[in-house]
Amino acid sequence: MSDTATRLQHHFANEEQQLDASTFGMWVFLVTEILFFGAVFCAYIVYRTHYPEVFAHGAHHLDVVLGAFNTVVLIASSLTMAMAVHSARVDEQRDLARYLVGTMFLGLVFLGVKAYEYTHKFHEGLFPGNFFYQADDAPLQRLFFSIYFTLTGLHAVHMIIGIAILAVILVQAMRHHYGPRWHTPVEIMGLYWHFVDLVWIFLFPLLYLIGRHG
Amino acid sequence: MSTHHYDPAATVRSYLMVFGALMVFTALTVAAAYIDMGAMNNVVAMAIAITKAVMVMLIFMHVRESSPLIWLTIASGVLFFLIMVGITMIDMTSRGLMGILGK
Repeated sequence: MSDTATRLQHHFANEEQQLDASTFGMWVFLVTEILFFGAVFCAYIVYRTHYPEVFAHGAHHLDVVLGAFNTVVLIASSLTMAMAVHSARVDEQRDLARYLVGTMFLGLVFLGVKAYEYTHKFHEGLFPGNFFYQADDAPLQRLFFSIYFTLTGLHAVHMIIGIAILAVILVQAMRHHYGPRWHTPVEIMGLYWHFVDLVWIFLFPLLYLIGRHG
Repeated sequence: MSTHHYDPAATVRSYLMVFGALMVFTALTVAAAYIDMGAMNNVVAMAIAITKAVMVMLIFMHVRESSPLIWLTIASGVLFFLIMVGITMIDMTSRGLMGILGK
């Protein structure tokens, strides 16, 4: 029903211009997100340049199999998210709901694996806090794990927020709010979700895959 | 972006191809990490990550069919990230060159 009614606000010339403005606004937000994560990436670059052996040693405490599994899960969730946007564009209401559920499910799988990894790290005393255990052969290990928990923690917070917004969009989609003429929130949500995927694409090699050879 | 020439079949095909390519590059980056290439390990890992990121942006995030304004916005984000890292590294690597107190 809502798709037949126009969603055009009076200050836009037409629906296409309105969608362009929303897309531009979202990209401006994503630029601030690049710099937000960029600050921690900058800290990573500075400290890894100064203490490469600390980072290579720290990475050996991470599980490559779990990291690679989560990479595959997150890329698959990006595919389902892209398919959700596509379903809204071509008015496949059932597919839209299915792909949104699929994206949320894969996001939760990712967070589940992350929670398992975090628990393991806490037990090993690798979380930089009161119970941090400084192994004799690993000087400055606290440095690597401070950056690891900051980067992956910020990333996980973004995932949790994303899944919460997806839940709202799913409810609206099941009430047939979205269709070919108006699906801006689905498009914008897609941009956010793919951005979170982009961050992980860089986190995986930078945290899990360094110092693996030799 | 224009929705006038939206081709559903071609869109789905491009999404599946990008997904396949992302899987292949993920396998490649894991394999490359176990081969000793010296300093080239970092270069290869980052080259693969940047390739994956560009594919996600162009296809999944529809940048390919987006306006020049969107391209400019993304470029400004990357530029300012590089300025932040660049100036920080100039500072960090040159502190020892001068006998300044509290360096």
